[in-house]
Amino acid sequence: MKLSTLLTSAALALGVAGGAYADAHEKTKVGFVFVGPVGDGGWTYEHNQGRLAVEKEFGDAVETVFVESVAEGPDSERVMTQMALDGADLIFTTSFGYMDPTINIAAKFPDVKFEHATGYKRADNVSTYSARFYEGRAIQGHIAGKMTKSNIIGYIGSFPIPEVIRGINSAYIHAKKVNPDVEFKIVWAYTWFDPAKEADAAKVLIEQGADVILQHTDSTAPQAAAQEAGNVITFGQASDMAQYAPSPRVSSIIDNWAPYYIARTKAVMDGTWESKDTWDGIGAGMVSIGEISDAVPADVKEEALALKASIADGSYHPFTGPLKKQDGSDFLAEGETADDGTLAGMNFYVEGIKGDIPK
Amino acid sequence: MDLSVINPVLFVAGFLVAATPLIFAALGELVVERSGVLNLGVEGMMIIGAICGFATAVETGSPILGFFAAAVGGAVLSLLFAFLTQITLANQVASGLALTLFGLGFSALLGQRYVGVKPPRLAEVNFGPLHDIPVLGPVLFSHDIILYLGLVLVAAVWAGLKFTRAGLVLRAVGENHDAAHALGYKVVRIRTLAIMFGGACAGLGGAYISLIRVPQWTEGMTAGVGWIALALVVFASWKPWRLLLGAYLFGGITQLQLNLQGAGVAIPVEYLAMSPYVITILVLVVLSADKNAAPASLGRTFHASS
Amino acid sequence: MVRLEKRPQPSRAFSWATPILAVIATMIFGGLLFAALGKDPVASIQTIFWEPLFGDFAFYYRPQLLIKGAPLVLIAIGLSLGFKAGIWNIGAEGQYIMGAIFGAAAGLAFYPTQSVFIFPLMVVAGAFGGWIWAMIPAVLKVRFGTNEILVSLMLVYVAEQFLASMSLGLLKNPEGFGFPGSRNLQQYASAHNGELIAGSGMHWGVAAALIAVIFAYVLLTRHRLGFAIRVTGQAPKAARFSGVNPTRLVLFCMGVSGLLAGLAGLFEVAGPAGQITIDFNVGYGFTAIIVAFLGRLHPIGILLAGGLLALTYIGGDIAQSQLGLPAAAIQVFQGMLLFFLLAFDLFTQFRLRFGQAEVI
Repeated sequence: MKLSTLLTSAALALGVAGGAYADAHEKTKVGFVFVGPVGDGGWTYEHNQGRLAVEKEFGDAVETVFVESVAEGPDSERVMTQMALDGADLIFTTSFGYMDPTINIAAKFPDVKFEHATGYKRADNVSTYSARFYEGRAIQGHIAGKMTKSNIIGYIGSFPIPEVIRGINSAYIHAKKVNPDVEFKIVWAYTWFDPAKEADAAKVLIEQGADVILQHTDSTAPQAAAQEAGNVITFGQASDMAQYAPSPRVSSIIDNWAPYYIARTKAVMDGTWESKDTWDGIGAGMVSIGEISDAVPADVKEEALALKASIADGSYHPFTGPLKKQDGSDFLAEGETADDGTLAGMNFYVEGIKGDIPK
Repeated sequence: MDLSVINPVLFVAGFLVAATPLIFAALGELVVERSGVLNLGVEGMMIIGAICGFATAVETGSPILGFFAAAVGGAVLSLLFAFLTQITLANQVASGLALTLFGLGFSALLGQRYVGVKPPRLAEVNFGPLHDIPVLGPVLFSHDIILYLGLVLVAAVWAGLKFTRAGLVLRAVGENHDAAHALGYKVVRIRTLAIMFGGACAGLGGAYISLIRVPQWTEGMTAGVGWIALALVVFASWKPWRLLLGAYLFGGITQLQLNLQGAGVAIPVEYLAMSPYVITILVLVVLSADKNAAPASLGRTFHASS
Repeated sequence: MVRLEKRPQPSRAFSWATPILAVIATMIFGGLLFAALGKDPVASIQTIFWEPLFGDFAFYYRPQLLIKGAPLVLIAIGLSLGFKAGIWNIGAEGQYIMGAIFGAAAGLAFYPTQSVFIFPLMVVAGAFGGWIWAMIPAVLKVRFGTNEILVSLMLVYVAEQFLASMSLGLLKNPEGFGFPGSRNLQQYASAHNGELIAGSGMHWGVAAALIAVIFAYVLLTRHRLGFAIRVTGQAPKAARFSGVNPTRLVLFCMGVSGLLAGLAGLFEVAGPAGQITIDFNVGYGFTAIIVAFLGRLHPIGILLAGGLLALTYIGGDIAQSQLGLPAAAIQVFQGMLLFFLLAFDLFTQFRLRFGQAEVI
């Protein structure tokens, strides 16, 4: 028993060294760990598009590998280890639940670089990255506030987590700004993925008078429901969903991981990679705004594009005071902008949104 | 909170649609279980139906052909289960689970090219003036043909089981396969046909999700409806009309909780989502007084020599 | 004319040969599938079956087989006792979840106190969680005669919703920036089910699985209760005459299977997984049903079947990464393996007879 243990640890050490050798390989090897199938048409699909962009950019200089539908927990640790053992130089782990596994495995392979999406734990060889989707939500909110006739905007959330709450607040603030009478109806689907339930949620919101549907779930089900109902507008989520343009889909928020993945792969190739926290938005191109269709009046479209430009160049922050929290307490003073820490852990609605966040 | 925003007419019309995939899948399983076979592969057959229907509808432009293909696809997959459990006498629970695993994987392979594609739409049936009747019009006369087919099928299964000779034989096989065999009925053949019927129905239910209710194709999109269908059969105590009622109840609970959320009522979503299952268990307990509710041979393997 | 004739005794030779035949058949058909997808069939099969056991990095994958296989074996052993007696607990997934929740909650209640008593307490709590969840269908069956297949299946969905509620509510990590999921027990020394020997993959769950195999083997071959289980499964009426109490047997079999599933959940959440999250359960409870049948409900068979399934999971992930096979193809491949194993089992119980049936 003792001997075999010794052998095992020796071999593991060798394996780690093997990872180091990989640097000398001609090809840079990039691994991707996906939480869903690449055919989910949403979150994982877009990450896979980013992977394909890396292949296209560097051609024969890189080799990419991926494993899809990897459960969070020990399965993900095994897949990461396997990629590292096989000589990966850089591994992207693309789900929040991979956070602790990524940190664990990164500690065993100090020469392999890891990139964890949407988390908050870093190490010398672990970077984190996420997208400021709330910037896109601000533009959606603006268009929604201008275009709603019933003054009721429906919002489909997945689970009540900071990422989703942040998006609701951002959309609400900007809808309210252009339309003081606007009201948000929020429905939680309590699932990451159940197209039929998303369709139901959209139908219910439409039946209850909403003529704009915003969604924080990735299927096209709400688009189809809106099309059937008529006179309802929607926004694409995760991917462009252009097959529903020009109406009901009037614009979209697209997860565009390609620029980041290309830049980080390049950094590994050049030997300039270092651990950092990236939270990019429209400016850096991580969040793309899909084409605003002709269903939107020209003046509204112009305003929306101006808003987009001001967010992109940093002259405007979607969370700028004065803002109060739902309970009436102060959130941001006049001209103050929310810091990233507050945004990352946002667990309250801003003033004016009705209803409670489910506990 | 403002409950007046919930429009009862639209609410009812909504859950008629939401319940339809369940009705198909559960009705098929009901017939299978009445013949004494427990097929836990409903989810797998549904998802195969969903992709067969979707692909065919997209390629031919005809949703009706899509539904036809979905039924065929579901039935063909169910033949695999029939072969395992009826010919090679494998355990039904394990075979059903394997069927679901296989179906989920195989559908994903078939569907690789169809992610992000928009399928052709099936129009509502034109009822002319009936559609304009207040209340009844939107509730009863504003749906697609498949939804009505589901209702007709419920009636047909009920009548078929109760009044026809075939139904009698099917029930006899489900109650006591040895006795049925002794009477000269072809147990294996009857069960195979029942399993295929179940597969076709599950396929239709799956296609209803991918072509009408959602409509789109993504891997694993049936998201557990097949398992709810299994619960529903028990809930209905193997009776078609109760199954219809149960499907509306199950579909209605989801619709209701979404409606309540929209109206601003703070409800514990997880606990409401549990409720159909808890209710099913309670129904089982209540039904237990009636010892004849479940087919007596359910899940037992039959071989002529044993 | 081909017909089946029941063997007087299950064939020993075939009970060993059929799994091998099934694996070979799966390799052939799976190879065809992979070839149809444009991949090298030989390389694919080799990656799935050979790489984890004897490849360059087998030193890493072999321990992983233990980690992946242990919960499957632990749960399947419990289920097999009931299955042998004709008691169908198919809700192990729910019992696994409840075991994890109860166990993790017991540990987290004492956070951040360090004490040697915390882990044993968690083990007890986890076992209790699984046991009590299995007792619901058991008691309902005994008291009202309800069908345990359906009740235990329904309770899986109830447990899943409960899990979501716990991850977002009571057990949510207060320092987790509002994200769902509990504290990580790997970072709480007293509650951590770590490796007993570094790099070996052996944690308490693996040890428990091996003990369960031995326990079940002894129970079934040496103990009166094992006899009662076998007799009840084969001839319920005869069992009653020989003094078997069916009520007690139901409570025992359901209880043991729930308890073991609960333990599997606890060892997983305290060890390899680390935390309670919305997606904590990955289907071990359902896969274990398949493992139980693949192992022919025999403790040693289950051990081997658990290992085989773990192998295809691990090898499948390697094949995805190295050869670009889609995950769906691996799923289909596993489905095939199960089909062949189930179908070929026929030959242990029956033999083929060619020619006209004798007239009796």
